[in-house]
Amino acid sequence: MTKRLSRLLALPLIAGALTLGSPAKAAEPDAILNVSYDIARELFAAINPLFVADWKHKTGQDIEVKQSHAGSSRQARSILEGLQADVVTFNQVTDVQILHDKGKLVAGDWQQRFPNNASPYYSLPAFLVRKGNPKALKDWDDLVRDGVEVIFPNPKTSGNARYTYMAAYSFAQEKFGGDTAKTEAFVKKLFDNVPVFDTGGRGATTTFIERGIGDVLITFESEVHAMRKQHGEDKYEAITPSVSLLAEFPVAVVDGVAEKRGSQKVAKAYLDFLYAPVAQEVLARDFFYRVQDETVSKKYAAPLPAIRLIKVEDAFGGWDKVTQEHFASGGTLDKLFGQR
Amino acid sequence: MPGFGPAMGFTLAYMGAVILIPLAALVLRPWTLGAEGVWDVVSSPRVLASLRLSFGAALIAATVNVGLGLAVAWMLVRYDFPLKRIVDAMVDLPFALPTAVAGLALTALYAPNGWIGQFLAPLGIQIAFTPAGVVVALIFIGLPFVVRTVQPVLQDLNPELEEAAVTLGAGRAVTFRRVVLPALMPALLTGYALAFARAVGEYGSVIFIAGNMPMVSEIAPLLIVVQLEQYDYAAAAAIGMVMLLASFVLLLIINLLQRYSRRWDER
Repeated sequence: MTKRLSRLLALPLIAGALTLGSPAKAAEPDAILNVSYDIARELFAAINPLFVADWKHKTGQDIEVKQSHAGSSRQARSILEGLQADVVTFNQVTDVQILHDKGKLVAGDWQQRFPNNASPYYSLPAFLVRKGNPKALKDWDDLVRDGVEVIFPNPKTSGNARYTYMAAYSFAQEKFGGDTAKTEAFVKKLFDNVPVFDTGGRGATTTFIERGIGDVLITFESEVHAMRKQHGEDKYEAITPSVSLLAEFPVAVVDGVAEKRGSQKVAKAYLDFLYAPVAQEVLARDFFYRVQDETVSKKYAAPLPAIRLIKVEDAFGGWDKVTQEHFASGGTLDKLFGQR
Repeated sequence: MPGFGPAMGFTLAYMGAVILIPLAALVLRPWTLGAEGVWDVVSSPRVLASLRLSFGAALIAATVNVGLGLAVAWMLVRYDFPLKRIVDAMVDLPFALPTAVAGLALTALYAPNGWIGQFLAPLGIQIAFTPAGVVVALIFIGLPFVVRTVQPVLQDLNPELEEAAVTLGAGRAVTFRRVVLPALMPALLTGYALAFARAVGEYGSVIFIAGNMPMVSEIAPLLIVVQLEQYDYAAAAAIGMVMLLASFVLLLIINLLQRYSRRWDER
């Protein structure tokens, strides 16, 4: 009886150990893992089959592209802790850079290894407003008016919101001719108009659309149009401000992993494929990203009006500097966001 | 007793691997900041406000759950009613439901345009996106702990004891206070401790309903995540360590209370 019982108890343990211990396929790379940001699930689900077919056509090999999605900082931490990613496709330069700085998993010159700072597509913070734009919100300085409720996620947990913060900050910097006190007051006013801080971009979208809270949602332009398409073009309007911040979506081969797995060639080909017209077409047509390919870009320019984009390098002196001065503990963001 | 050696060895190894080693890592991690750096992190107004909210809301929620949980357990043990089995099973749902789902569902209910929220809004009451929302979420996830600890004790409690008290002239209130409650006290305290411990560390469900306003409705686990987002493992561990210490002290107090109540019971 006791023996049977103990055997019974041991079963789930053994089963658990088996599931945990099943070794990842090594040596022969018949699959690569693309570790990516949260809202890119559908995007890569659409692109991967095209790459698989392309690779088969070119080399005759069958390849599988696996996807992993979560907040891109969390993904970077997972890779540092041992997640076997062959390539990363993130929405923040810092999250790729950390893979070099902390783990030497990515080459130091990763931004030069692919065109356009290793960013096959880009976007910018834009506005989604309710039908008819009842509060007449056209540009960043409309958002700090009294009685306007603005929704964007917490910049401390969301890369998406960090772009919003930087866009608002650099807009104010230009408006006030570089007057830091006035710029900071402007950004603080913007924070004061936010009733809810979700931890991620999709959470903020849910708050705005499902909960009906807020007059305007600030998120990536791609998300603005995708949400409008999904939830009714008659219910929401997309607003492109006069100026915004260039949001790059950087990609890199994780050399530290790819070398070990022997997957460098296919990993590089996969990222190159993101620049190919077929993939660029999907990015622009179905997901409303702005792309580098000029023909594709022109073809789908209609919902994406021309806009002046400020670069992080120009407005803040680069990612290192903006991280240190603004986003680190005790930085400008904490000063403006913590004191309410 | 035979088998002491292997049992003890297994216990120590298991406790070590599963509990002590991770906790030791947590406690050792922050000191790369230096004692002063650790103090700076945990004494910042924002962290203090979040700790107050996390522990305050957890204590309130656990207290409410003791009352609610006792009522539910009483109902399930003492009365027969249709669909009792189903109600009994439903008590465990908060265990089984992914916390994010619970958080989203509660937010949808209590948001100003939600099923419940729309009736509260005209009264000027807002639950979602305020500290009250945090308490609601913590009550939800903590309820089964109290019900499931009290239920078996209540089942074993002989109704004849209460009948005897009544025949000796005690009223309902006195019977409950002097006969039922002392017998249930240890179980209630255990349930309280479990519900509290679960609530302090809860992240998934709270994050959706809290609104996460700095200084107002930010829970401490969120600030840990914030530190991790900026790759500051040491600062994250510092906040974690303070939560660990505070939880440990509170659980110790509850344990002592429990021993005290048991002694009182035996007298």
